[in-house]
Amino acid sequence: MEIKKPAMAGTLESSDAQVTVEPGNGKIELSLESSVMNQYGRQIKDTVLETLDRLGVTSARVTMVDKGALDCTIKARVECAVFRSCDASESNIPWGGAIK
Amino acid sequence: MIPRPRPERFRLRRTMMFMNAQKPGLIKDAYIYGCDSIMLDLEDAVAENQKDAARFSLYHALKTIDYGDTEVIVRINGLDTPHWQEDIRVCVAGGADGIRIAKCESAKDVLTVEAAVEKAEEEFGVEKGRTLLMAALESPKGILNAYEICAASSRMFGVAISGGDFRKCMQTTPQRDGIDMVTARGLMLIAARAAGVQCFDTVFTNLDDNEGFEAEVRQNKAMGFDGKSLINPKQIRLVHQLFAPTEKEVIQAEKIVRAVRENAAKGLGVFTVDGKMIDIAFLPGAERTLRLARACGMYEGDLV
Repeated sequence: MEIKKPAMAGTLESSDAQVTVEPGNGKIELSLESSVMNQYGRQIKDTVLETLDRLGVTSARVTMVDKGALDCTIKARVECAVFRSCDASESNIPWGGAIK
Repeated sequence: MIPRPRPERFRLRRTMMFMNAQKPGLIKDAYIYGCDSIMLDLEDAVAENQKDAARFSLYHALKTIDYGDTEVIVRINGLDTPHWQEDIRVCVAGGADGIRIAKCESAKDVLTVEAAVEKAEEEFGVEKGRTLLMAALESPKGILNAYEICAASSRMFGVAISGGDFRKCMQTTPQRDGIDMVTARGLMLIAARAAGVQCFDTVFTNLDDNEGFEAEVRQNKAMGFDGKSLINPKQIRLVHQLFAPTEKEVIQAEKIVRAVRENAAKGLGVFTVDGKMIDIAFLPGAERTLRLARACGMYEGDLV
């Protein structure tokens, strides 16, 4: 998917993560801030990158502020932000396909 | 991926607790509270501009979190909104046990949802008929059509009244003695029993009024409800306590089940247990008491 415009998903509440995606310059630039950076920083980063890869996103600037979200929440927020940036988040989501 | 077992149409549902599907902090460990069912909410708890985000969050929660024996129901948006179809797709794809139809007013509403569920089961390769349905009656029309709603589909396991909206329609507010909704609760219970489905009472929203809550739960049990919708984990224990049979009732039920079976073998239809006349008509009630007692940890025998 192509990031067409800036979009955001998630909140700054505990156990959540706020993800912002913006159009990129041909690569993925990830900026991560997390309340559990020392413990889980690498795993969180991997989850974000895997999710973007699954969605076929190859060019984006991604900012994430993590408040101790589980992997399933991180995936949900990244996916929602990407689909929102394509105006495709409201219907016909490929559940079980690109979303899994 | 957590594969959930095939949902049971009739199971114990004393407590159904609402949870905002959009809030990860709530849904990640909802099963630890020990309610019989959790109701992940895509409707009123989720702001209009977060409906999409709630679905992504719901999908991954359903696929990732092991809710164990806790039933997982999802409350979808009303049929008068642009959201309900995608809500159904995500529920079925994620493998929710059941769907709660908001603001249900007719059998046609149930059939509309059923058709969409069936289409989604086909789309996502889910066993046909797996996804159960229940309806929330929130208007006078819904209450008056309760029977046709209850009987509309073999997927239907129950109906619940939704007090907030209903009281607004009726120009009333919650009363201490429950007089504001006694007719509606009664009509809905009769309809549910006539159709052979379960029946659930509305939420009690004043968390500081313990006395009022207990009075309402006692009335619910006396009226014959199967359970109650809840908004807070701290309400669970009292409902389970009050809905549990007494020890005396369990002993009596055990005697009745034994006596009916033994006497049937001897060819006797009517007899006495502890001086009371008993016949086959008492069996289902006694068996229900024993099943409830087992669920409450009060019975470990093998009669049910």
